[in-house]
Amino acid sequence: MKFTGRVWKFGADIDTDAIIPARRLNTSDPKELAKYCMEDADPEFINKISAGDIILADKNFGCGSSREHAPIAIKEAKISCIIAKSFARIFYRNSFNMGLPIFESADAYDAIAEGAEVEVDADAGVVRDLASGKEFKVAPIPEFMQELLRDGGLMAHIAKKQSA
Amino acid sequence: MGMNITEKILAAHSGLDKVEPGQIINAKVDIALGNDITAPIAISEFKKAGADKVWDKGKVALVPDHFSPNKDIASAEQCKILRDFARQQDLEHYFELGEMGVEHALLPEQGIVGPGDVVIGADSHTCTYGALGAFSTGVGSTDLAAAMITGEVWFKVPEAILFNYTGKLGNWVDGKDLILYTIGQVGVDGALYKSMEFTGPIISGLGMDDRLTMANMAIEAGGKNGIIVPDEVTKAYVEGRFKRTPIYYTSDSDANYCEKIEIDCTNIRPQIAFPHLPSNTRPVDEATSVVIDQVVIGSCTNGRMDDLRKAAQLMKGKKVAPYLRCIVIPATQHIYRQAMKEGLLDIFVEAGAAVSTPTCGPCLGGHMGILAKGERALATTNRNFVGRMGSPESEVYLAGPTVAAATAIKGRIACPEEVA
Repeated sequence: MKFTGRVWKFGADIDTDAIIPARRLNTSDPKELAKYCMEDADPEFINKISAGDIILADKNFGCGSSREHAPIAIKEAKISCIIAKSFARIFYRNSFNMGLPIFESADAYDAIAEGAEVEVDADAGVVRDLASGKEFKVAPIPEFMQELLRDGGLMAHIAKKQSA
Repeated sequence: MGMNITEKILAAHSGLDKVEPGQIINAKVDIALGNDITAPIAISEFKKAGADKVWDKGKVALVPDHFSPNKDIASAEQCKILRDFARQQDLEHYFELGEMGVEHALLPEQGIVGPGDVVIGADSHTCTYGALGAFSTGVGSTDLAAAMITGEVWFKVPEAILFNYTGKLGNWVDGKDLILYTIGQVGVDGALYKSMEFTGPIISGLGMDDRLTMANMAIEAGGKNGIIVPDEVTKAYVEGRFKRTPIYYTSDSDANYCEKIEIDCTNIRPQIAFPHLPSNTRPVDEATSVVIDQVVIGSCTNGRMDDLRKAAQLMKGKKVAPYLRCIVIPATQHIYRQAMKEGLLDIFVEAGAAVSTPTCGPCLGGHMGILAKGERALATTNRNFVGRMGSPESEVYLAGPTVAAATAIKGRIACPEEVA
């Protein structure tokens, strides 16, 4: 699994209200939610990004509410993956459950500049800054989470287990 | 080495004698909860999976509390999805408007969740029920869908931090101040992925409403759950209320904790969390120049009887400051009626506060008290993120019910003793 795209940087403790504010939650339509992705962190975000771009954040990305609308909005906005120093636990869980690839890297955030082209090589466990060629390790994904990803998310995983 | 209460509950629910931090388990769920924001996605996933019936119609709770009474047509459609599903599945714990309360006040009050349970909720404040000695945590809608089908949920067993509260509690300091102070000490990710176990003589001296407030905000430190080992206060609360047989787990004296944090409460003053993080706390005395446009007393954090009693005690016979809106939201219908019987609603209305039917409403910027650009609210709620209560250019300050009442009267953030 490889993802290549331009990086958009966000700081520490980006909460789910910043990712998709509650005033937009009177629907669960992914297309509607995607229009307001990251609205309160950067109102222009959705107009600036291209399909495949990558969010690069400091620590504790996705803190706050359990709303799955947050990873749904990001995925539907065609962000290919998120790299952060750490993720809040419900956001982490939701992302694996619904198939949004996310990666923890201790060093990538401080070293990679906004707008840089990067490649995430999930199998090798590295983030590459394509201009400088520098590589940064990502934390290995626990075996059970890899199984979830291989099966295509939690619901597909359960269906597989139930039919086994 | 022994186990802590969280490990014991998780082991018992996954058919194991022992579990250890980091272990992935499948746990049986006692109650799975959803609301009008999160359940529609879960119900859609449930149907997409081709599921027919929920695993146990007595173990799924649906509470349309966030945007109801329906604030607009889109919200009405969301609530209708819950209602139709509850009817079709014949769910025992569906709460229509009129019975509905804020979910994390309602489920303990109605005896639906209790000691020894594993509870998941597609709402981050599901950690509230840890106050009863349950393992209780927030999950997403897909997790809820999976649990509605299988009755199980996957967990990574968390490491645990033990918070020991000692000393003497000052005047006007309560559970809200203790948890805000704690979050201020450890930060919004200070307990990330971890269990927060609250203990010590100060916790033993707290009533259940204060304990529920503390466990409620464990998520604001990134915690997986907040939990208090059951004692006589728990037993008194649960007796005659909990619909199943409670199991009172304790933590072994040689239980494993990744960290132990001592908190001497003697010099803790009422706390204010400044915008825009719950960890941005200061003593109230450093905040008294902040002018406030709106005070909100309510929510799953502080909308219970003790909270309303504390606020009413200070507001009795006084008036809300000119040009300030004070909104009081009893968290459940039972609390609403009890507050009516005790004359509290009369005190609030007489003071010039607006009293609302139970709803999450303004806490998450839904309805019933949205802020304009440049406005400031002081709220007994749990989050003060950018845009949380309305305009992205508004501000929310978090505090407990006594500071909220004093602030409503003074028109600026105020110490409770200023109006007592």
